[in-house]
Amino acid sequence: MSKRSDMTATKNWSGQTMVTADHMLFEAPRTKHFMTGSEVLKEAVKRCTVDASVSYPITPQSEAAHLIGELWAEGYVGMYFRGENEFGVMSEVAGCAMSGSRTITTTSGPGTLRAMENFPQWSGTRIPCQLILMARGINSPLTIQPDNLEVTFMLETGCMIWYAENVQELFDMSIAAFIVAEKPDVHVPIVTVVDGFFVSHTRESVMLPNDDIALLPYEPYKSPLPPIDSETPPGRFLRDPFVMKSNYISYATHASWQWEVRSAVERSRPYAEHFLKGLLHESGDVDAEIAFITCGTASHQAKEGQRELAKLGIKSKVIKLRTIRPFPTKELIKSLEGVKHAWVPEFNVVGWLEKEVKTALYGKSDTNIIGGPRVAGGMSLPAEAIIQEVMEVLNPGKGA
Amino acid sequence: MANQGPAYYSPYPTAVYEGVITPPEGKALLLEDVVDEEIAMREIAKVMLTSENATIFPGPQVLYAYNEEAKKKAKLIKEMAEVLNCKMIPMYDYRPKYPKIDAEVEINPNHPNLTIWHNNIKAAIFIGVHCHYANVALKIVRAETDCYTVAICGLSGHEDAMATLRDQHSSELEKFIKIAREVKSELKL
Repeated sequence: MSKRSDMTATKNWSGQTMVTADHMLFEAPRTKHFMTGSEVLKEAVKRCTVDASVSYPITPQSEAAHLIGELWAEGYVGMYFRGENEFGVMSEVAGCAMSGSRTITTTSGPGTLRAMENFPQWSGTRIPCQLILMARGINSPLTIQPDNLEVTFMLETGCMIWYAENVQELFDMSIAAFIVAEKPDVHVPIVTVVDGFFVSHTRESVMLPNDDIALLPYEPYKSPLPPIDSETPPGRFLRDPFVMKSNYISYATHASWQWEVRSAVERSRPYAEHFLKGLLHESGDVDAEIAFITCGTASHQAKEGQRELAKLGIKSKVIKLRTIRPFPTKELIKSLEGVKHAWVPEFNVVGWLEKEVKTALYGKSDTNIIGGPRVAGGMSLPAEAIIQEVMEVLNPGKGA
Repeated sequence: MANQGPAYYSPYPTAVYEGVITPPEGKALLLEDVVDEEIAMREIAKVMLTSENATIFPGPQVLYAYNEEAKKKAKLIKEMAEVLNCKMIPMYDYRPKYPKIDAEVEINPNHPNLTIWHNNIKAAIFIGVHCHYANVALKIVRAETDCYTVAICGLSGHEDAMATLRDQHSSELEKFIKIAREVKSELKL
């Protein structure tokens, strides 16, 4: 097993030179590769000095978990093991992270729900682990296609949630995610979401720095709670008793604890701003009166719609949300200045992003927010569907 | 009851929901204002020197000699208490106390208001408390008491305190003690 005691001042246990996240993400030279999302995630984990990973790969899974296992075999990941099931995995991730390990796992779809109880427990114990959620829906019958319904269940777990559109964003985000999650004033779990299949299984070009560099290790003694370390006081306090003995704890403790977790997510804003170059990205016509508010691969389809609308002489823009928790309310309000109609295209039946947008903007924006178009269960979201929705508002009854 | 701090009486919402977050490196926070560290140090010293039953709450990170820095900080905190004419009540662990805390001799993050009420503390410094527990306690204190809270933090600071200093190591504590002596002299105390 690779371990911290094998490190030197400049090299990690696998001999990679340790660098800052700024160097890794903004300064190190990059070369072009052609990879699936799962392969790209392996490349990101390889460069993150990851102490531990736990997995429960179950058909039909993405390759991501077993590729991280290969990294363990190659000596890049300190520890890797298989959980008993998804609940076990997420519990074991908690144990690894509480002991001071930089920890990552992946899941999707029904596995996410099976493990559900763990996610608010993760944030409540302030562990900075990372979950890569390769969203593929939770509907029955089963789908392995890109449907992101499970994200709606993750929204109020107290975890940060970032959303990547493509393999490049997955690579960059999953590296930055560790660093932001590990900031002492943040220090909550982070869920990095990509749409399964489209991103996890599809090859795209991606720019990667050399694999002879890796992030500096996690520093558990900057944790806002004592890490589990029986040899170093005050480690003996562990995180017992949490807030479970409520019969003799003031209600204020539990309330304050929950607000503190959510405050921690909010404190991540300036760090996310730095590493993601903004909590949202805009593309298209800056002065457009029509906009699409998106995340994930819906952004890609909306961009296609924007290009087609431009051919019809209609200006529009795409506002891609890169963080869902914290939600970029202030930035979105600014982006919508001058916008009359904004659509929220999504890969799920419930329209969770539409609800998020409407909640955030209620009473703060005059833009008419329109949910849809929505597809689900693995259907694609053609640009034509987006254009049709727009034309039905702009040119009622006459179509495109 | 409390009438200070960005969220006034209620911990809901907390300071970050009022747009106040931890100060940037090299700066401090006084209520909702980002200020130079020295300005905050002077204000903290003044409040501690002029408030009734001012108290320092040292936490586990400075109560246990687990490294040299902790030992050095502990000695400086004793000196700080002497300069500020204040007493110390330790937060020696984070477990809720059953059936009831001994508010005379300890403070606890799960019900910090009890110690503050019992001792009629009007200004307090939290130091050496792990950040999460400090934040849990600070929100409750602001909601339930009229105590002016100060967080002297070795990491990023605490926006739920009414004054916070960040990245405070032994050299910064020495600087604070020097400033506190000057303020004490100016106030002729």
